Amino acid sequence: MDLSYNAEYQAFRTEVRAFLDGHWSDGDRAAHGGSEVLIGRITRPEPRVTEFRMRAIEAGYLYRNIPRQWGGGEQPFDPLRSAIIREEFKRARAPREMVGQGPSMLVFTLLEHGTEEQKKRFIRSTLLGEVLWCQGYSEPGAGSDLASLRTRAELDGDQWVINGQKIWTSNAQEADWMFALVRSEPDAPKHDGISYLLIDMKTPGITVRPLRQMTGESDFNEVFFDNARVPRSAIVGDRGKGWIVSRSTLKYERALIGDTDINRRTLDGLVMLARAIDRRGRPAIEDPVLRGRLVEVETKLIAAELHSMRLLTMQSRGEEPGLPGMVPKLYTTQLSYEMARLAMDISGDGAALAPGEPEAPAMGMFVHAYLWSLGILIAGGTANIQRNIIAERGLGLPRDASQKR
Amino acid sequence: MDFGLSAEQKALAATVRRYLAERCPIARVRTIMDSESGHDAGLWQGLMDLGIGALPVAEADGGMGAEFLDLALVAEELGYACTPGPFLGSLVATIAIAGADDSDLRARWLPRLASGETIATFAVGESGGRWDAGEIAARVDGNTVTGAKSLVPYGSLADLHVVAAVGSDGPGLWLVARDSASVSTNELSGNDRTRRLSSVEYRGSEAVMLGGADALARLRDAALVLVAADAYGGARRCLEMAREYVLVREQFGQPVGAFQAVKHQLANLAVEIEPSLSLWWYAAHAFDRIRDQAPRHAALAKAFSCDLFDRASRDATELHGGIGFTWEFDLHLWFRRSIFDRAFFGDSHYHRARAASLAGW
Repeated sequence: MDLSYNAEYQAFRTEVRAFLDGHWSDGDRAAHGGSEVLIGRITRPEPRVTEFRMRAIEAGYLYRNIPRQWGGGEQPFDPLRSAIIREEFKRARAPREMVGQGPSMLVFTLLEHGTEEQKKRFIRSTLLGEVLWCQGYSEPGAGSDLASLRTRAELDGDQWVINGQKIWTSNAQEADWMFALVRSEPDAPKHDGISYLLIDMKTPGITVRPLRQMTGESDFNEVFFDNARVPRSAIVGDRGKGWIVSRSTLKYERALIGDTDINRRTLDGLVMLARAIDRRGRPAIEDPVLRGRLVEVETKLIAAELHSMRLLTMQSRGEEPGLPGMVPKLYTTQLSYEMARLAMDISGDGAALAPGEPEAPAMGMFVHAYLWSLGILIAGGTANIQRNIIAERGLGLPRDASQKR
Repeated sequence: MDFGLSAEQKALAATVRRYLAERCPIARVRTIMDSESGHDAGLWQGLMDLGIGALPVAEADGGMGAEFLDLALVAEELGYACTPGPFLGSLVATIAIAGADDSDLRARWLPRLASGETIATFAVGESGGRWDAGEIAARVDGNTVTGAKSLVPYGSLADLHVVAAVGSDGPGLWLVARDSASVSTNELSGNDRTRRLSSVEYRGSEAVMLGGADALARLRDAALVLVAADAYGGARRCLEMAREYVLVREQFGQPVGAFQAVKHQLANLAVEIEPSLSLWWYAAHAFDRIRDQAPRHAALAKAFSCDLFDRASRDATELHGGIGFTWEFDLHLWFRRSIFDRAFFGDSHYHRARAASLAGW
């Protein structure tokens, strides 16, 4: 066990810092250094941000696992260097890789299954945020049981004709394109009849209707397809193989959500909140019960942070992460929930006030987080589905006989 | 940057695990735990012959000068196997003696502790849940210690006692070679029969100073991390036992492990246990290398690990159904061990309160 970085990595850190000093000024930080969203709306990056990303890709600091040919940084696998880049970019509040389902899911699918034409057209532009994507997987009748999806795509000459409905589609309003799973072979068994299509959101016959979620905002949508026609070439992989084509990307989505940074920021906020809130003449932080609970959630946060260091070490040693690798998503989303819950309790009677109300503790920011924490438990496979996966693949327990898969 | 075990550390843990699986299977655990002393000289010597007693002793003092993490890995295995005996008390006392400035004292005792010839223990807690340096009532006057200690591991078996007391310069640690005239011990009936506890009274017992408040704090942190590692090992064993059982136990025509309720209970447990490993790994590493962080991380690891052991042993018992509730079935041995780990050297609430203060909250 050695938690320091050796000379080679220290030199690399210096190099990254010099790059950031040279290319991301205090002015840039002030103008564009906002915190990145992990869930919620994605936005088209400012030209200055894109320009910076192009330089960072050129230097090999971003999209290290994507070939230069397709617009990536193409560097040898080195999780420690990646961690240093992450730390230094975060410190400098410099743009990191684009978030969202395009860069984190679609790009890897195209690298594995796309045609040359598809790769050329979409990968670089997606990495730079010039093309924004939404994911068309879930349907009203197909949530965790995705293979039950019913949106149809029928081949008519050189075009797929799409009819049906998608739901819970984040960013459908902003997105230029959707990658979607559709039923193209109605007679084939459940998993075999699905194809993976790339759909231009401007296609006639597509209607996006925002869904208002319990936070009051609209980050999700319903997307309706009424004889929407896309070219035959819009398919990724073979007909009826969409299930396999989509598989690798689910893995990436889980990795995306298992990030501890956001929880660390929340904990710092919780401590500030507990110091600031008055409870019958004393700061809430002096309440022994709240102190104990703060330590409890902090311990879980530290465990999550150290666990990612352990996974990083396993990765750089070339070890298979196995069960430990399946833990982060469920662990950190539960932790977000617990933290938000604690914030409500620290707020005391102030928790009755809504987000945005000036008299609410921290302007009701934590109430918003509390509501959102439920969304995070559901996104990317509900917590109960995660538990099935951990039990079956991590602990080797048998599948339920009633689950036909 | 490497947050993982070295090949040597993995080999050490594997050696101890293999030894305990062969020499101290659960039938042997039961025999020892039912014996009067709760101590088996053969098992003790066997583990000492593997070099466990020499791990915390510096090479200059004839020991192995191992990292503290190595010792924590041994503690994990002791918890995993539910090993009975005076290991916790003696290893922690050895750490305290190995850290003493007095080289004559080190030369006198460390070889005997490393070889297993002498069994030591530590006496810190006093009745009323007093474990803090500021709460200690035992007093040192000149070169004698007087006071009453509670929850001393194997206090009546150990020849050598590391005693927390307050002298003219404040709290610290003193070494007492137990003699019948000035030291009286009383065996307490504990929930965990694999680790015996005594109350001890020192009446003007001859004492040699080991160190001051820092030494006492180091002993505390060492003890907390070793208990956390023991609890983690126990929790992991409970999870494994439950997993194995639900794979073979059938109801309604299928293994009960195929039912979602059972799967989720085990998955939840696994998701909590996996990352908690890193807490005591890090606390053990900090004990050696990041000393200013050691007290807080030891407290966090102790509270978290022991709460988790409690939950794991309860969940595992529940998952076993009726058989889990019987004396014949082994699970309650870990359940009882979890009660010891959670209560000993301050409960979880106490350590979380300490951690909050240490954070400046």
